Amino acid sequence: MPEMTFVEATLEALDNAMARDPSIFVVGEGIGERGGNFNTTVGLYDKYGPERLCDTPISERGFVGMCAGAAMTGTRPVVDFMFFDFILDAFGELVNQIAKMQYMSSGRLKMPILLRGAIGIGHSAATHHSGSYYPIFAHLPGFRVVVPSVPSDAKGLFATALQSDDPVLFLEHKSLLFNRGEVPEGEYTIPFGQARIAREGTDCTLVAIGSMVDKTLAACERLAEEGISCEVIDPRTIAPLDMETVLASVHKTGRLLIVDETFQPCGVGAEISAQVIYRGFDDLDAPIRRLNGAHVPTPYSPTLEEATVPEAEEIEQSIRDLLAE
Amino acid sequence: MPESEQLLALYREMLIIRYTEEQLARSHQMGLIHGACHTYVGEEAIATGVCAHLRPDDAVFSTHRGHGHALAKGVSPREVIAELFGRSTGCSEGRGGSMHLFKPEVGMMGTSGIVGPCILQAAGAGYSFKLLKSDQIGVAFFGDGAVNNGAFHEGLNLASIWKLPTLFVCENNMYATEVPFAYSAGNPHVGNRGPAYGMKSLTVDGNDILAVYEAAGEAAQRARGGEGPTLIECRTYRTRAHAEGMRDAGYRTPEEVEEWKARDPITRYNGWLLENEEAGPETLAAIEAEVKEMVADAEEFARNSPWPEADTVSEHVFSQR
Ligand SMILES: Cc1ncc(C[n+]2csc(CCOP(=O)(O)OP(=O)(O)O)c2C)c(N)n1
Repeated sequence: MPEMTFVEATLEALDNAMARDPSIFVVGEGIGERGGNFNTTVGLYDKYGPERLCDTPISERGFVGMCAGAAMTGTRPVVDFMFFDFILDAFGELVNQIAKMQYMSSGRLKMPILLRGAIGIGHSAATHHSGSYYPIFAHLPGFRVVVPSVPSDAKGLFATALQSDDPVLFLEHKSLLFNRGEVPEGEYTIPFGQARIAREGTDCTLVAIGSMVDKTLAACERLAEEGISCEVIDPRTIAPLDMETVLASVHKTGRLLIVDETFQPCGVGAEISAQVIYRGFDDLDAPIRRLNGAHVPTPYSPTLEEATVPEAEEIEQSIRDLLAE
Repeated sequence: MPESEQLLALYREMLIIRYTEEQLARSHQMGLIHGACHTYVGEEAIATGVCAHLRPDDAVFSTHRGHGHALAKGVSPREVIAELFGRSTGCSEGRGGSMHLFKPEVGMMGTSGIVGPCILQAAGAGYSFKLLKSDQIGVAFFGDGAVNNGAFHEGLNLASIWKLPTLFVCENNMYATEVPFAYSAGNPHVGNRGPAYGMKSLTVDGNDILAVYEAAGEAAQRARGGEGPTLIECRTYRTRAHAEGMRDAGYRTPEEVEEWKARDPITRYNGWLLENEEAGPETLAAIEAEVKEMVADAEEFARNSPWPEADTVSEHVFSQR
């Protein structure tokens, strides 16, 4: 299997889809000739031209609302936000229009729009360029929320997003964008709502999201040397959320820790915990634990920034605490 | 000047809107309408004059005051009234109500509970049609209140830079709820704002159906011909309260309301048709009777329609595919 980066994997999926479907177009700042701030569209402008690789003014609310109208009238927009933080300028269009359009129209309008952007903390990007925000969107009816952690998943999930008639948020952690991994050749899709078991184990279940998957796997690697066997689940999509895989794993291990860079209150971990308590209470041998990024706006200075993100050592400690219960 | 047949069709369409709105007002008083109801009485010439140039595959995006746009775009009075009654036969099958009237089959892409987004979505329809190389157009109807919203600025600019086939129709009825437009706008001349975006713009008498018809016809033709968007300000007035059941005093004088009632677009047009011998009184009376009958039938249809089944409440959050 060829190796490629996360960005190259989604670019391949986008190129494949655009070659087949002339109704797909991309909007964003610098996504035309420049090929995207994160190289998300490199080479596509030369292939598909300025109408399908449409450089926009700095007008987030404007082009998101515009793309809603486009999605309602026969085309398939891809909005490339560069940094996902900028989506907040378009929040009303997303929540009141894009997420509700199919319902309001009793299913006679579709909303095939893909909204992508780089999320996450790192590189002293500071607080206007470090947000993830996906729990907010998972809270609302109408969105599909994808948070992949490896290039092969990114490619297959991106291909699925480009065929979906629902609005999809495709969120790529900045620290993963240039990670390399094996990626199957050719076109393939990965269904939404199917978690990936990133590591099998029997002593505890760890649900890790996005950039936390690699860090959690590193922690498990160290614990394995002591004979501790952890199972790691990457949900891949936050909405829909594959609870069956989590419940089956907890049934086996009896212990659960959720590792997520985004804020703890009202977050993904809270939702998973509530569902496990309700549906898997008898399987639990210990209280469920959550490990999250600090509940603060993201600071700039490296020492402060590091203090906001769960690292492998902390994850390892949390697992030890969970097993000691 | 439109053909005689078209002249009468415009008259009929304005009456469909007027009588439907008056019926809705009565139904609201009777408690048959469960939510808000903003009528279009006094503004009928605008939707009628613009939509007369639209095909079913052109896309209209509207506002909270959108019954007239839906009717003029080809949604039937039955489907509109049934939707406001919350029935399964309504155009949104009871999921929408007054401010969410949808019928994409005829290009009615929604009224809206939020002021502003229709401007962006109409630009988006323009983007689709340009990309698909069709000669369809997108149309946004919005009030003067929307002109001070960021969506207006962003939408017009985007439509201008990409020369999108879009019409922006501002229905300036001088008030946003109770706030005079002159108070809320640094430049209260909407028709002058086009050049700020490099876009053609003009102001017409929105109570003169023929003036609206002509301006919209030219703008639609330009848009279909690839010559880009137009902003049309239609000066008009709503003669009923902002919404049914709301107070309608304190912010405007009874004299002002009477003055505008004297400029009623339907009465004016009726006079014009007779004066210019485009139709005799019997012809116009026959149209009035036919439309009255149609609206009465629509109300009865709506009242006797079934409620949506409660167990379908979760359907259509996502596509069925
Ligand atoms: C974004 C937003 N803010 C506030 C409202 C509440 N609201 C509903 S109608 C209205 C006045 C709108 O005035 P205008 O656009 O001039 O239309 P008109 O009612 O005069 O037809 C307001 C403020 C809303 N629906 N959307």
